[in-house]
Amino acid sequence: MSPDLLILVAVALLGFSGFPGLLLGRSSALGERIAALLVTLGSIVGLVVAVTAMSVVVSFDGPWPVPGGELSIRVDGLSALFLVPLFVVAPLGSLYGLEYWPQRDHPDDGHKLRLFYGLLCAGIALLLVAGNAVLFLVGWETMALAAFFCITTEDGDEKVRQAGYVYLVATRVGTLLLFAMFAVLHGATGSWAFAAPLQPIASSAATAVFVLALLGFGIKAGLMPLHVWLPGAHANAPSHVSAILSGVMIKTGIYGIARVCSFFPQPPLGWGVVLLSAGALSGILGVAFAIGQHDLKRLLAYHSVENIGIITMGLGVAMLGRAIGSPALVVLGLAGGLLHVWNHALFKALLFLSAGSVLHATGTREMDQLGGLARRMPRTAFAFLFGAVAICGLPPLNGFVSELMVYLGLLHSMSSDRLWFAGAIGTPALALIGALALACFVKAHGAVFLGQARSERVARAHDPGLAMLAPMAGLGLACGFIGLLPAALAPVLRCATAAWAPDLAAVAGSVEDLAPLRILTPVSAALVALALAGVAAVARTSKTPDVRRGPTWDCGYAAPSARMQYTSSSFASTLVNLFSWALRPEVHAAAPEGFFPARAVFHSHVPDTVLDRVVLPGSRAGARVLRWFRWVQHGHVHVYIVYVLAALVVLLLVSR
Amino acid sequence: MPIQLLQIAVQLLITLVVPPLLVGVITKTKAAFAGRVGPPVLQPYYDIAKLLRKGSVFSETTTWIFRASPVVGVATAILASLLVPLGGHDAPVSFTGDLILFAYLFGLARFFTVSAALDTGSAFEGMGGAREATFSCLAEPALLLGLLVLVKRTASLSLATMLGAAVPGEWHTGGAALVLVVVSLFVVLLVENCRVPFDDPNTHLELTMIHEVMVLDHGGPGLGLILYGAALKLFVLGAIVVGIAVPFRSGSFGLDLALFLVGMLVLAVVVGIVESVMARLRLRQVPALLVGACLLSGFAILLASR
Repeated sequence: MSPDLLILVAVALLGFSGFPGLLLGRSSALGERIAALLVTLGSIVGLVVAVTAMSVVVSFDGPWPVPGGELSIRVDGLSALFLVPLFVVAPLGSLYGLEYWPQRDHPDDGHKLRLFYGLLCAGIALLLVAGNAVLFLVGWETMALAAFFCITTEDGDEKVRQAGYVYLVATRVGTLLLFAMFAVLHGATGSWAFAAPLQPIASSAATAVFVLALLGFGIKAGLMPLHVWLPGAHANAPSHVSAILSGVMIKTGIYGIARVCSFFPQPPLGWGVVLLSAGALSGILGVAFAIGQHDLKRLLAYHSVENIGIITMGLGVAMLGRAIGSPALVVLGLAGGLLHVWNHALFKALLFLSAGSVLHATGTREMDQLGGLARRMPRTAFAFLFGAVAICGLPPLNGFVSELMVYLGLLHSMSSDRLWFAGAIGTPALALIGALALACFVKAHGAVFLGQARSERVARAHDPGLAMLAPMAGLGLACGFIGLLPAALAPVLRCATAAWAPDLAAVAGSVEDLAPLRILTPVSAALVALALAGVAAVARTSKTPDVRRGPTWDCGYAAPSARMQYTSSSFASTLVNLFSWALRPEVHAAAPEGFFPARAVFHSHVPDTVLDRVVLPGSRAGARVLRWFRWVQHGHVHVYIVYVLAALVVLLLVSR
Repeated sequence: MPIQLLQIAVQLLITLVVPPLLVGVITKTKAAFAGRVGPPVLQPYYDIAKLLRKGSVFSETTTWIFRASPVVGVATAILASLLVPLGGHDAPVSFTGDLILFAYLFGLARFFTVSAALDTGSAFEGMGGAREATFSCLAEPALLLGLLVLVKRTASLSLATMLGAAVPGEWHTGGAALVLVVVSLFVVLLVENCRVPFDDPNTHLELTMIHEVMVLDHGGPGLGLILYGAALKLFVLGAIVVGIAVPFRSGSFGLDLALFLVGMLVLAVVVGIVESVMARLRLRQVPALLVGACLLSGFAILLASR
């Protein structure tokens, strides 16, 4: 079968995966197995297409009786690069779901979850291969709505419903902006194709397209300050859905921005500056908010904002390079950003899956109630540690490779007389992001897995079974592979760069020449070997008889208890105070007073500043103004039909 | 080629052997300022050798992370030392962007040191870990900003070239920027190695410590490795500062190396003097000083980009 039809088969398999379950009984386990099988099959088929598309562009145009064009499928290097994380994370998440959300424990919402999980994946795949605005929006909306139903799986809980509602409003606004963007694009080019236009676009229309794309796609990507939906949605969805949302879905926003940017071979310098600043802002504030969180999954969600920031910084460097015609900047920025798309999909999915297995075993996401899980759940703890080292961008894992490439892009800009400010501001910003991420993940890993258990239930937790551990192992291996053999990915990046900037890719040197990908292999291997040799040597000495075990030295205090450990909030407090201008932490404290003090209380919380202080008050004010129009909405259906008729007549008159 | 191999061997030998000496020189300087004789300069070697032969007590709360962290500290410092040219000659390992690897290797070490502190479940060690993680959030941008000035001036992206033969020329053309960088990186060196005015290695109150309190529970070979790793880190970061600060290159390997070693000893004496004449800062003033170091490098970039 030709690859263009295969991709449709993949989309159909993914989208259809949840339907058989609907016909089966409420507690039948057959439906979930069929769903996992279909998702896996669809992903394998899809991977085949994606790999094919890296050597030759897969495209297909068919007749389609829809206003606005033909059924146009186009899979080039850029699409293929975004397809791969989907087809890797989707089947692993589906497998994980078999144990995490089994039908027999969730007879009410299990079928629903799997139905929309499949549709979510199908929607993402469809929009990534769409070569036409209408088809793109069909995929986009399928994804957006399916994600809503996935997030609200546990819709009996009010917090989940609220998170779902905020997400729904945000995604509607985003889609509206995309409608406007496609309309401007159509006005400028006269075509509904979602591909590089044949003639250059006039500069005013180009600016409008760029701004609308940045806002519309930025909402989906979760760029600060458009991220308001993201923390709640990722925290409240089932963990394997969080993995897909954070690892794959928000990247569709990045795909949109990257694709639209590729339409303009000579962008103004300002666009790159805007992308770079938006990325740096998103990165720094994303991780700063993450540090203030007590909820493990909310913390991971804010890290998605941070990593989207790093990816956007890479895109910004590439756009700056395009503006001044520097192929090195284009290749390094784009390849770094796009490689980070893969890396983030892998390690964030790994982290969400391990957080899910903590939640599964202990029933809580509150870090200050966990602790000591490394001894109860060693495999999960190792998976989380692996993901944490990777997401902090530390060698020898994959996060380091992509961050190094973005760094190199920024450092290269120092040698340009017009762009040195980009490096002078971007480099320390990226260093700050890296150091803050490290503080945050040391805190999260330490509070959850190290020390002593802070509650009885936590002390009885245990590792999950193979269906949950195997996906984590797979993701971890992929992180290690990219960290140790980054040069193996150079062809993928080369082909995505060629799709993004065909004119410059031919001139630019290859990624391996600009970034030291090959030398990272021996360096990482040396690091691993040194550490392993040292650990082996220490392990040998620790068998000698004068090694004992005893209680932790607590400076002479005789009865240390688990409650006296440093909590995640205490660990973060200095950093939260440093960033209090943005975080606005809320502290409620009642100190003990008098000779017979009452119970003392301390409670601290970092709410989402943008949501609580800007969006919600703004929408309330908007609702007050719009109250004056409430009389048009009174519930009489026949009058509504009159509205529709009147609107149609007016539209016909206007458009003639 | 054999000569180069020999140079690499010499560099490796110096890197592995000299670091504890610096700690001894710092202690001796402080003793001289206080009017005492002080322990012998080689005392750190005796201490490490003694600790490596001892047994240890591990807390029942700890996991493998606690035992691995001293090893990671030494391994990363050794790898980082291979990226730095001693005396301006070729570093054993050098590639485009190795300065980023240099900075991130210390990040990896920090990850494991702080995790090991949290692994014990002790509130004191948690405090030390939190301070270490917090202050390095500001030290890391300062380090990279300082190196960025050299990137701009030398148009090179590897430490070996940035600290190589071009340094004397840079002192002639852009000395002002380099002075700012040296001061800024010296501050980074003090904070990364937990010296006065950021942390007092000799303090006796756990509540106020940073690095010492993080490693309270380590003993025996683990503690020995930690002491050695800390000395290595001081040596490696010091090599960067000295590499920029020494404005001469003779071109002969032996002479430059000797000059470099003299520079390192002077650096150790300066650290000792700073520790003798200054009190440590209050913890809440530390971020301000670090931001100051970032700003100094920021000015240096402006000077360098004129």
